[in-house]
Amino acid sequence: MSTALPAGLPAPAIEPLTQPYWDGTRAGRLVVQRCRGCGKHQWGPEWVCHRCHSFDLGWEEVAPRGRIWSWQRPHHPVHPALNGHGPYTIVLVELPDADAIRMVGNLLCPPDAPVSIGAEVEAVFEPHDAATPPYTLVQWRLVGQSAPA
Amino acid sequence: MTERTLRGKVAIAGIGETIYYKHGQSPDAEFKLALQAILAACEDAGIDPREVDGFASYGGDRSDAPRLAAALGVHELRFSNMHWGGGGGGVAAAVANAGAAVHSGMANCVIAFRSLAQGQFARYGRANSLASVSGDDAFLAPYGLMSPAQRFAMKITRFMTDHDIRHEALRAIAMASYHHAQTNPRAVMYGRPLTEAKYDASRWIIEPFHRLFDCCQENDGAGAVLVVPADRAKDLPHKPVYLLGAAQGGHHRSAAPVHNAPDYASAHFKTVARNMWEMAKLGPKDVDIVQAYENFTGGVLLSLVEHGFVDPSTANDVLSLDNLKFDTGKMPMNTSGGNLAECYMHGLEMVNENVRQLRGTASNQVADPQVAAVLGGPMVTPVSSLVLGTEATL
Ligand SMILES: [Zn+2]
Repeated sequence: MSTALPAGLPAPAIEPLTQPYWDGTRAGRLVVQRCRGCGKHQWGPEWVCHRCHSFDLGWEEVAPRGRIWSWQRPHHPVHPALNGHGPYTIVLVELPDADAIRMVGNLLCPPDAPVSIGAEVEAVFEPHDAATPPYTLVQWRLVGQSAPA
Repeated sequence: MTERTLRGKVAIAGIGETIYYKHGQSPDAEFKLALQAILAACEDAGIDPREVDGFASYGGDRSDAPRLAAALGVHELRFSNMHWGGGGGGVAAAVANAGAAVHSGMANCVIAFRSLAQGQFARYGRANSLASVSGDDAFLAPYGLMSPAQRFAMKITRFMTDHDIRHEALRAIAMASYHHAQTNPRAVMYGRPLTEAKYDASRWIIEPFHRLFDCCQENDGAGAVLVVPADRAKDLPHKPVYLLGAAQGGHHRSAAPVHNAPDYASAHFKTVARNMWEMAKLGPKDVDIVQAYENFTGGVLLSLVEHGFVDPSTANDVLSLDNLKFDTGKMPMNTSGGNLAECYMHGLEMVNENVRQLRGTASNQVADPQVAAVLGGPMVTPVSSLVLGTEATL
């Protein structure tokens, strides 16, 4: 499948703190930190729960759905891989089913598509199989729309 | 118990800056620029540079305090301090840290400064060309979210959308800086006016609220202020300019990872502004001039709102060029041209401008000002702000 952005952007380093998330995305599952002390989700990954200070943070699959909390559409390329690519859309997605944690990704849409705060979105897993090591990003599309080719 | 405060305890006795250059155009190395600005501040204060016994900076300044002390032959170094955080979030904090050192007796004569030569070192607006990224960036950079503008843009989108604030309000902020730069010969944009048409025609950096002129330039240069105990300032050549209030930090989890701050659509000044006004025993209505750090014009809007200068419900009306001009405006702002048009010296140029204003020696002199605020770099954490005043305000 195609990727939202051209090849050559930095890959995520897979670190001990974040590995369960990346293992999850490889398997097509959205897995985030959930505290075993107080039961609340938190994001991004941290060593301690910011609510109850438990270090016993588990990882659990959450529904890959959310709503757009904010957005931006960069035009100016700030990385050589983006030269000549044109505008692309970044969304901040709130996950109501996971204590309203937020994630950043690209909205899979034409570069001039209107974007609405509050719109329902669902995750699209975007594998980068040729990378070493391979990894899978989480992109978003409006609910009820198929991903553009 | 005596009140714990910096109000009126310390003063800025000297200010200095280098020539301001477009980025990459400084003929001098960054460390040499720092030395020039520091020596200029000492000369302005009438103080032998060897008497300086402390240095405070911020934003990862590369001009190392011990090296400065050695290069300048200072008699002894008693205070060296670098404030956490990137960019200009620490500009007011560096001045306040210098003031705290002086007031507490840890030092007597402290320079707060910023030096930048982005030709010599990497530019801020370009991403690193790393093959992989760790920490927060692992969840951002693969999606093309890398530059400072991109880190902050979604705060601005959300706030502007929630409050129906038009892009024209941001245009007025940019216009005010460029307007003031036209009568400030130090300004990099001196002789390069901005019109509404030019702004509106400028290219998008990021939709929906960042055109080219909403974004700061990058520059080379250095700026410095010399902070001394209030008592000493009275015997020095210039009218003392007193620190009335200062605060730094951020509200609850404002630095939460991957854009998860609970109060996200914020410049992070909500608690900082409260603490600054409390120390100053003043409020926004008491301020004659405000310098509001423009990394991006949307950040200025958030800063003004969080310090109580602007109500979001009237921002579309209040933020007009006429209202921000030094001579006719109700709220003179960025009177030297600010980061956008005087120089992106990470806000240190704004501290210098307020000192000039309160001395009565500014290029765009506001009539008889007594109180002047600097709202430091917004949307990072920690942020910082300060308010200065004349002797009459003590
Ligand atoms: Zn917990």
